[in-house]
Amino acid sequence: MAEIIHTRKSLTTNPLKCSAPLGAALAYLGIAGSVPLLHGAQGCTSFALVLTVRHAREAIPLQTTAIDEVATIMGGAENLEEALLNLTKRMKPRFIGVATTALVETRGEDIAGDLKLILERRPELKDVRIVLAKTPDFDGALEDGWSKAVTAIIDSLVEPPVAAVPLYQQVNILPGVHQTAADIEWIVETVESFGLVPVVLPDISGSLDGTVPGDYIPTTYGGTSVEAIARMGRALHTVAIGEHMRAPAELLAAKTGVPCTVLPTLTGLGPSDEFVALLTEISGRPAPSRLRRQRSQLLDAMLDGHFYFGGKRVAIAADPDLLTGLAGFFASMGADIVTAVASTANSPVLADVPAARVVVGDLQDMEDSAAASDAELLVTHCHGRQASERLGVPLLRIGYPVFDRLGHTHRCTAGYRGTRNLIFEVANIVLGELHEHTPDEFAHAKSIVEETRHAGATSATC
Amino acid sequence: MSEALKARIADVFNEPSCDKNQAKDATERKKGCSKPLVPGAAAGGCAFDGAMIALQPLTDVVHLVHGPLACAGNGWDGRHSASSGSRLFRTGFTTDMSEMDIVMGNGEKRLYRAIREAIARHNPPAVFVYATCVPAIIGDDIDAVCKHATEKLGTPCIPINAPGFAGSKNLGNKLGGEALFEHVIGTIEPEVVTGADINVLGEYNLSGEFWQVRPLLDRLGIRVHACITGDAKYRDVASCHRVGLNMMVCSTALINVARKMQEKYGVPYFEGSFYGIGDTSESLRMIARILVRRGVDASLIDRTEALIATEEARAWARIEPYRAALQGKKVLLYTGGVKSWSIVAALQEIGMEIVRTSVRKSTDEDKDRIKVLMGTDAHMVNTIPPREMYAMLKRGDADIMLSGGRSQFTALKAKTPWLDINQERHVAYAGYDGMVTLVAELHRSLTNPVWQELRRPAPWEVTDREAERTALLESAC
Repeated sequence: MAEIIHTRKSLTTNPLKCSAPLGAALAYLGIAGSVPLLHGAQGCTSFALVLTVRHAREAIPLQTTAIDEVATIMGGAENLEEALLNLTKRMKPRFIGVATTALVETRGEDIAGDLKLILERRPELKDVRIVLAKTPDFDGALEDGWSKAVTAIIDSLVEPPVAAVPLYQQVNILPGVHQTAADIEWIVETVESFGLVPVVLPDISGSLDGTVPGDYIPTTYGGTSVEAIARMGRALHTVAIGEHMRAPAELLAAKTGVPCTVLPTLTGLGPSDEFVALLTEISGRPAPSRLRRQRSQLLDAMLDGHFYFGGKRVAIAADPDLLTGLAGFFASMGADIVTAVASTANSPVLADVPAARVVVGDLQDMEDSAAASDAELLVTHCHGRQASERLGVPLLRIGYPVFDRLGHTHRCTAGYRGTRNLIFEVANIVLGELHEHTPDEFAHAKSIVEETRHAGATSATC
Repeated sequence: MSEALKARIADVFNEPSCDKNQAKDATERKKGCSKPLVPGAAAGGCAFDGAMIALQPLTDVVHLVHGPLACAGNGWDGRHSASSGSRLFRTGFTTDMSEMDIVMGNGEKRLYRAIREAIARHNPPAVFVYATCVPAIIGDDIDAVCKHATEKLGTPCIPINAPGFAGSKNLGNKLGGEALFEHVIGTIEPEVVTGADINVLGEYNLSGEFWQVRPLLDRLGIRVHACITGDAKYRDVASCHRVGLNMMVCSTALINVARKMQEKYGVPYFEGSFYGIGDTSESLRMIARILVRRGVDASLIDRTEALIATEEARAWARIEPYRAALQGKKVLLYTGGVKSWSIVAALQEIGMEIVRTSVRKSTDEDKDRIKVLMGTDAHMVNTIPPREMYAMLKRGDADIMLSGGRSQFTALKAKTPWLDINQERHVAYAGYDGMVTLVAELHRSLTNPVWQELRRPAPWEVTDREAERTALLESAC
């Protein structure tokens, strides 16, 4: 069990965290016909927007209530109302997801109350589903914001099951913030291969998967429909991915009686097996041959790839669930997790990280620790590029954001297929670092051996 | 908002050197120039963002953001200002205020400790401390913390008061400039004064593009003391008050600094641009003329003309091979960042047709020049809503769009060539060489066969059409 270290420093250097409202906005982007709205200053939206546009390489419909000086003093309710009306008129969304920011939360306004009054007096908003998540920037990070938004969506939009509904072969999937469009595609295919009907909430594989829609659409142009969300109560089962999805999964279970299972991750052989076993149980059907083939391919990738993992010193920095999942994967392939840095302490899973200690900190903590422990591979989002340059250690870019490489959204690391891909990606990085040996290296090694012998002799005499 | 900050904003808005401000009457002027933001329809960064944009290219100082995570965490390491030395400016520093800091009122203490930690580890010549919304609301006095830290720790700590809710990015540029003028400029005496020294204000050395301008000045014996703030070192900015001339680029971003330096140190300034061939020449001429007026040897003017003649001829000769391919191509120019008219002139020179150019951020003077260049003002537009822009491009009204990253996907999704000419770009367009690069990039984009490939109908579209035709024929029979 890893020891959790809370650093006592006041200065954060090279932030690892992305803020909670951004996480909420990403979740809202997985709803069809949606516009996320950050309740804060225009900069809160602008920073989140620019980062997400660069990450996804898509136009992102993200709006702001544009809190200014007057609104900071008088309260932001009027701005919220105006924003909702303007958005509805201009963009005709089916769904608006509101996420609060530190700015309005610091004032301690009753935003839920404000929203209720606005919806009561504004009939023009009645056709839009409006959801509110309280996500101050000073509390938690990306996973927390995403989870709170999904919880808010379930709370507001899922309808209680009607006794008379026919039995559907429906399975609800609640993916975590770090599942890419390709991950979700794999999940959907796999669920379908058991004759089940998946409803994914939120489903960014329909909105952020990089397509050319053929017409101008101001809102998201795909994702989970509000109708499908309303009917989540008819499912046989809910599968949540990542500990941060436990809260929404449990709320959904409490609201509808649909049983739920929280899987910590889908990366790795064990976690993939667990998912497939669960689907077998829910459907009462055996695993289809295509899936068996995929598993066999993964086994072969593990055989071919283990040479490049065994004993490798790996430094990982990520949000808690991503960190735990990746660390588990690397450890299962024989790598040594010499550095584990988590963005927040908000998760019980950190104790499961297969490392001596987990530091709750920033990328500077990762860089320092990676340098001290001679890490051979850095694993974090693309902001790790500076550390990678400075240390001369290669970087596996994973998580959010990845804005300096193409195709992140189509990179699958879930299930048998995704794990196979990840093994190849890591092995190829390691292979790329291999070089021809020179006699000097061995001379150096010899001198180390001699020094050690000498040191041993000295200490023996003491 | 503190009274001090309110007063400073009022002061920034009441800029006597601003043409727009001068054109207003007393009551209008009092209202300031911040346009009210429309909730649900606003775009663009906040004042804090603007202050960071203006100051962060200063390479060797610690830029410390005091606030909860989002302000620094969602935005750091995003721009491409290049540095020839220190990389410290690319490091993201923040106090990452927690709920406890806010509830317990520990913000100032945390900030002080963060400053101390940053100095202990990096030993920078200065620490720039940026206020954000939350500490501004709870009343953290960053001026007092900076003053205390400067005295206690012996490293200048510069407070930058531009919380996001104060206003737009443009206001933030100016508030950043105010902080430089108040706390940095003039605090150190320069080691070298040549008489032919200049500063360039509002130049951020994006993608290193000032490095294709600086050699031109070097060749004329003109020394750039400080670029404010592209590739600048703290010492150079702190000692930049003894130069002979300030050249202000990027329109009015740092006009307040230029005007105040003139008042306090007698440094004259002019507004120029290094975008476009004609503009680059014109700027070099202005620099030479003013420096000569200020006592530099008059031969500078002839040497400048000779340089201009050589460089212009060389640039046009290098552009010539692209003329045939680019002639008659239609351009939609949608920018405010780079002077619309300097690019208009260059594109017209090689025979391209400008179908629209935006004048959102242009001054009346800019608009007049565009009118002269294009013969009419029919092609000038303020904003084009994305839906309309998409329709225009889809119809083929333009062969290529030049704009900033924000409208990138509107163009690309309409399967239309697009070129980034704003601050996020990776290509250097300044100076004579920069304009050649721009033309080469236009050529590279327009002649890429991928556009034909992209417009190929999908197999099912072909089959569908054939099926339709068959059905039509059958019904006709």
